[in-house]
Amino acid sequence: MALLEVRNVGKSFGTLRALDGIDIAVQAGTFHGLIGPNGSGKSTLLKAIAGAHFPNSGSITFDGRDITTATPYERARAGLSLKFQITAVLPELSAYDNVLLALQSDQSLWSLLSSRTRRRLNGEVMTALERFRLADRADDLAGELSHGQQQWLEIAMALAPRPKLLLLDEPTGGMSPEERRVTGELLQPIRSHCALVIVEHDLDFIKDICDHLTVLDQGKVLDDGTVAEIERSTRVQEVYTSRV
Amino acid sequence: MTAILSLPARRGAKGLRVLPIVEIATLVVAIAAPFVLSDRIDLVTLATNVLILSMLAISFDLCWGLSGIMSFGQALFFGVGGYVIALVGRDLGFSHIWGTLPLALLTGFLLSALLGAFLLLGRKTPTVIFVALGTLTGSYAAERLVSGWQYVGAGNGLSSIKLLQAGSYEFVEGTAFYFLALATLLVVYVAARILMRSQLGLVLAGMRQNEERLAFVGYRVQLFKALVFSVAGAIAGVAGALYSYHQGFIGPGNMGPGLSTTAVLYCLFGGSGTLIGPILGTIAVEVITYALADIDAIKSIWPVVLGLVLLGVVMFQPKGILGFFVSDRERIGSYGERPQRGA
Repeated sequence: MALLEVRNVGKSFGTLRALDGIDIAVQAGTFHGLIGPNGSGKSTLLKAIAGAHFPNSGSITFDGRDITTATPYERARAGLSLKFQITAVLPELSAYDNVLLALQSDQSLWSLLSSRTRRRLNGEVMTALERFRLADRADDLAGELSHGQQQWLEIAMALAPRPKLLLLDEPTGGMSPEERRVTGELLQPIRSHCALVIVEHDLDFIKDICDHLTVLDQGKVLDDGTVAEIERSTRVQEVYTSRV
Repeated sequence: MTAILSLPARRGAKGLRVLPIVEIATLVVAIAAPFVLSDRIDLVTLATNVLILSMLAISFDLCWGLSGIMSFGQALFFGVGGYVIALVGRDLGFSHIWGTLPLALLTGFLLSALLGAFLLLGRKTPTVIFVALGTLTGSYAAERLVSGWQYVGAGNGLSSIKLLQAGSYEFVEGTAFYFLALATLLVVYVAARILMRSQLGLVLAGMRQNEERLAFVGYRVQLFKALVFSVAGAIAGVAGALYSYHQGFIGPGNMGPGLSTTAVLYCLFGGSGTLIGPILGTIAVEVITYALADIDAIKSIWPVVLGLVLLGVVMFQPKGILGFFVSDRERIGSYGERPQRGA
């Protein structure tokens, strides 16, 4: 059984049909890319999976559980995590506290009030920061980090609760080519314990890290398959060559 | 592990920290005040009022400065606390401190929990404006309700409130009441400070900055908000009870939008999110108000001046008085126990 199953999902905003009968399945341990021209519905689909939007029709099943109308909190507790398209770190908190905040989300109220776990979580926070090359900036405010570092910090936050599925919306947006390459390297090690659904415009980046691609166009699935299959797809080539 | 061992000394541990100095200085002044002012009972009374209203300011700071809940209704809980102990004194003849202050605390907590559940725990995430208008409406409705309710004295309020008792001792206004108010404020302040600098305080600080981000990492944001709102309501309730005992009077104006807005002013003027800032704001506003009270020409336009001050603070100095000499980094501070290198 797939880790994530999206079945016949539709979403409208007024008269605009943003998603129209979308079906995708994401297997555990795979990196799944969502690509397509602007306005094809990639980010809307990602938000429907994360719980930022509720679909008008269809169903979303995660880890065997129907989460179609679950709140973002309930989805996060079930093992889903999202990195927003627009960087959403907490600018007035240190990089350290941003990660700590994500790590302690399963703690009880009493544990939080008595600050019982900060010392215990210190190692995990620093490991996460070290993995994303932010250990030497642990005490700096998140708002003082470069754009690329803020993107990494948000990915570190999203990974901190050890999700089963990470949703990344344009994680390399605004990054330099070197930062993009490093981002790809940083994501590879999570494959052992976390699947990934990623929306990204940089097709080279997507091809480098993904096992499976779904191509959307005008709110529908245009094609679906391995990277090699999508590269050979004439339908996909037609859409890209006619729009770009 | 290497990186953990080489973790730089966490910022905030070095350099001059201004906030603790301000806190200690304020405490020293507060302890000395009744001795210095001992021959001026009117000033001791003013100082006692300032201490009580500081609790109201802190209750607003917990909501807005700490958690991002814009409450324009803190006076509602303040007034209800005052009315409850006045009625218990009048109808049951009871005014013992061990019973009435906890009762006011509980009443403030339950009422704010009820209003908080209504405003904050809906399926859709409430906006700041929705909560501000909801709390303002609650405060206004309560003021109108008691204004027309004979049982609670209607527009005249309740006066000749039974004196607060501790055993056979009765608290009248003066030095003893002052130190009771100071001790209560100290307890409230220390408790709020522990909350603010705990890992729970980190959640609230994160919530204030981006509650959507917190929901997506697994926090029930609205539940945390409702909890803080209830705790703030409890503090306002106790403050209202002390105010009622101290003044010997409680009226509709003590639970309406006027006092609610003044609490906002105290907090923003002093510096929200700092706890000590709202106390300084309360001192500043109340002392200036008192000093100008005898000048008729200014007295009549003083509410307008206060309104302009609030507008000016919001527009030009959103960090309040403290913002002039406390750095952003110190104001933000750190949360929970500070881990040692290599811990």
